[in-house]
Amino acid sequence: MSALGRVVRSGVGRRRVQTAVIGLATAMAVAAAVLGGSLLTASAAPFDHAFDDQHGAHLSVRVDGEKATAAQVEASTKASGVTAAAGPFATVTAAARDKDGHDLPPLTVVGRADPGGAVDAVTLLTGAWATGPDQIVLSSDAPVGVDPSRSPLGRQLAFPDLPGSPTLTVVGLARSVSRTAGAWVAPSTIARLTRPGSTAGFQVLYRFAAADTAEQVEAGRAAVTAGIPAEAVSGTRSWLTLRQEAARETALLVPFLVAFGVLGLVMSVLIVGNVVAGAVGAGLRRIGVLKALGFTPAQVVRAHVAQALVPAAIGTAVGVVAGNLVALPVLAETRDLYGAATAAVDPLVNVVVVAAALVVVAVTAWASAWRAGRLRTVDALAVGRTGGPARGRLAAALASRLPLPRSVTLGLSRPFARPARAVAMLAAIVFGAAAVTLAVGLAASLTEVQSALDHDTADVTIGSPDLRLPPGVQAVQGPDGRTISRVPDTADRAAIDAAIDAQPGTLAHYSKATRPVVVAGLSSPCPVSGFTGDVSFAGYRMISGRWFTAPGEVVVPSTFLTATGTAVGDTAALDDQGRSVVVRIVGEVFDTRDDGMGIFTDAATLSDLKADSYSIAVRPGTDVAGYVTALDSALRPQSTTAEAATSRGTSDTLLLIAGITATLTLVLVAVAGLGVLNGVVLDTRERVHDIGVHKALGMTPRQTTATVLSSVVLVGLVGGALGVPAGMALHGEVMPAMARAAGTGMPSTVFTVYHPAELVLLGLGGLVIAVLGALLPAGWAARTRTATALRTE
Amino acid sequence: MTTPVIELRDVRRAYDDGPPALHDASLTVLPGEAVAILGPSGSGKSTLLNLIAGLDRPDSGTVTVAGVRVDRLGEAASARYRRAKIGMVFQFFNLLDDLTVADNVVLPAQLAGMARAEARKRAAELLGALGVDRHADTYPGRLSGGERQRVAVARALVNRPPLLLADEPTGALDSASGEEVSALLAELNADGQTIVVVTHDLALAKSCTTRTIRLVDGHVDDDLTAGTAR
Ligand SMILES: Nc1ncnc2c1ncn2[C@@H]1O[C@H](COP(=O)(O)OP(=O)(O)OP(=O)(O)O)[C@@H](O)[C@H]1O
Ligand SMILES: [Mg+2]
Repeated sequence: MSALGRVVRSGVGRRRVQTAVIGLATAMAVAAAVLGGSLLTASAAPFDHAFDDQHGAHLSVRVDGEKATAAQVEASTKASGVTAAAGPFATVTAAARDKDGHDLPPLTVVGRADPGGAVDAVTLLTGAWATGPDQIVLSSDAPVGVDPSRSPLGRQLAFPDLPGSPTLTVVGLARSVSRTAGAWVAPSTIARLTRPGSTAGFQVLYRFAAADTAEQVEAGRAAVTAGIPAEAVSGTRSWLTLRQEAARETALLVPFLVAFGVLGLVMSVLIVGNVVAGAVGAGLRRIGVLKALGFTPAQVVRAHVAQALVPAAIGTAVGVVAGNLVALPVLAETRDLYGAATAAVDPLVNVVVVAAALVVVAVTAWASAWRAGRLRTVDALAVGRTGGPARGRLAAALASRLPLPRSVTLGLSRPFARPARAVAMLAAIVFGAAAVTLAVGLAASLTEVQSALDHDTADVTIGSPDLRLPPGVQAVQGPDGRTISRVPDTADRAAIDAAIDAQPGTLAHYSKATRPVVVAGLSSPCPVSGFTGDVSFAGYRMISGRWFTAPGEVVVPSTFLTATGTAVGDTAALDDQGRSVVVRIVGEVFDTRDDGMGIFTDAATLSDLKADSYSIAVRPGTDVAGYVTALDSALRPQSTTAEAATSRGTSDTLLLIAGITATLTLVLVAVAGLGVLNGVVLDTRERVHDIGVHKALGMTPRQTTATVLSSVVLVGLVGGALGVPAGMALHGEVMPAMARAAGTGMPSTVFTVYHPAELVLLGLGGLVIAVLGALLPAGWAARTRTATALRTE
Repeated sequence: MTTPVIELRDVRRAYDDGPPALHDASLTVLPGEAVAILGPSGSGKSTLLNLIAGLDRPDSGTVTVAGVRVDRLGEAASARYRRAKIGMVFQFFNLLDDLTVADNVVLPAQLAGMARAEARKRAAELLGALGVDRHADTYPGRLSGGERQRVAVARALVNRPPLLLADEPTGALDSASGEEVSALLAELNADGQTIVVVTHDLALAKSCTTRTIRLVDGHVDDDLTAGTAR
């Protein structure tokens, strides 16, 4: 082995703790980076991946078959800018009935001979493509209650309103990223699903040479519809709309992942740099000896870079494996959420993280060793002997005056003797405390968001208040197999109200009716929810303004305000079945259902609103099951039933965020603890002789431990005091950014989540990190054999 | 019969696999004695002193100091034992550089739980008696070797220990300072302080002790009582 290699090896071996700390810190940083990085790419990618795989349609156009000819539609596929097209496919809208008699919402049925093609190559998830006249393939996002845990194959769909009452059998389940249909049939089957006297429409799917911006897609739309009569185009949809919808939830993740990612990155650079610099500082005398023996400055630098890179490389390897292992289950969850195809960490993420980690370690090691390499040999030797200039004597003298045990005051003033080291430990603790504060704040905010989203929180319901059925549909099967129903039109609303009022145990109740209205300036109708009764317990949270108090007043979500360019205080014109209703917007409510386009008002704002559902809060202590049974029998004449409300559980996205937050916080706290550990190890090693003297003078192991632990108390307290406001500031940036990404305002309770008592506890968290990091070296110091320590020169 | 301050019986101590640094060592020191332990380098003098101070434990044999079985003490108990019974002076002073002279002296008293004011009073007395009181508020780095060793002696005596141990107290001093320290030890002994001094300086042994013990290869070779206690 070369002289240099021998020096590196003994350096790695002798400074075992530093070597281990470098390895561990890099491992944790790398693992966190792999997790964060893969989530970032995964949350951005699933839609794009799937869209590319399926050659998704940049634009889908539906044409009225009565107002345009097949030739006109056919010609549109040759328009300039179109690189590929599929169709025209015949298409109809048809409403099916389940075999147990439930009417299903209307489906867009498209006639296609095969799932493949140059555009919208549909993925067949199970079963086969529809070829026979009695076969149908359902889309996985068709609104007909596809239960993911049960095979839909063999399900019978009847169309009783059509001539011959055809019944089709589900033979396959497919997914179209472009969401071009609710179901597919063989082209010849379309005729069986077409109402007499009407003509099937056409669906055409296009890919454009340029479709990255709304303007480009719009240009494409103009080109392909140029040859078709304007009144014949009954609908167009840009892929950008779908992409935005798909990204809505994932976009929520980005700001907070970035915040944690940056925190983690800065911390690992700090820790690794600090450890390496500390190792060099502690080894100055050794460097002096090496140079006296004839090592060149360059050799000294190389020796130190290698001493840091060996453990860092091992740590990086461990970290990559750990990061991938942790990321897999999390990614599997995101995949379930967003329908992405793969659940593996992007190899590019691994490569980038590994390279970055090694470069960071090498650069920091190089920078700190370079100084040492430059140092004059005489000075390096002298540094080692005198133990550096005597700093912090004033602090030591002041501390000795405190009315505390001497073993404690000896430790308290310690940071002032080594200010640079203390600042490094302080920085680690500030970051750790900031991370914990941010995580606690995020968790509280997300809980707030969850409870704000969970409105319509009733104890007992009649009809389903939380899901909207298309007009005329009485009941459908929900995705979880639950029946979603509404109160029948024939039921006597006044009698239901009376029955609820008469029921002992009723605390408050309200009813809700829903009807779509057209809002001036918006292309698609917005659902109006009309309330009657006491809505106060429903849990709607206001972002600004107030809840409505009279007919003619409405509250709307932020998205609605943005889409219509209105503000609280403005009026809006609604077209309700041909009658114009002018309403005043009195508040901005936090709601994301119906893509945030719902309108909430008094039932009397619109005429003839019939309640679809009733929500009831019972008095505390009421037996809900007994209440439901009693109410049920009272409701029997109205042919409707009461149900105990099932809890809706926490949103998967929020669970995911909570899980990632917890993992990343643990890692960051551990890294901060390592930073303290490293500093204290350097300190005790440097002071091993002094510790021996103390012990010879009668310091017990317990007193020694107390001295070492109190040496980090100040750093821990100050770190906590600085870290908590930093974490709060970060929270103040991240939460609004998340809200912006999700395209909604949020109630102020989401932002103001910190309570004074909690802040004090969080501040003490800095102390906890410091003490945890110092425990190990404190134990070593306490156990050091006095005789051995005294021999150390 | 007076109870001995130190009683070693058949003590043996070997480091690792080497030959024993100390074997079959027995020794009795009575109150008021000043004992010099002489011997060539590596003969086990420091090992013997460490055993008496409770800094180290024998492999076999017993060490009793002021009625305490030192060889049986745990870490914490031996620290408390040192506080109460032992004052130690080292060849290289072992003063703490980041504490003032006075703070160095009061440290053992404070570790033992004495109030700061009281400890400082005692320290001022001692520093005055040893002639270094004008340096009380300076740092040890500024003092001459002889002054430092006086401070170390003051620190060793602050808790009024029944036994003062010194390992080569003049080894790092020029001859003039060495003689000063040796005179100081003789004075302390004259006031009744029991002292054990490790040295290879025969002159020092003669000038300040009542008895000389010679160690050779870890064995008590010779026990010369130089007359009666002064
Ligand atoms: N911690 C230790 N580990 C291993 N061997 C040791 C240790 N301490 C002392 N020794 C060995 O024990 C023997 C006696 O050492 P000791 O320090 O007691 O000698 P000494 O008489 O004080 O010598 P000196 O006059 O040079 O100080 C020596 O051979 C020494 O190498
Ligand atoms: Mg010795």
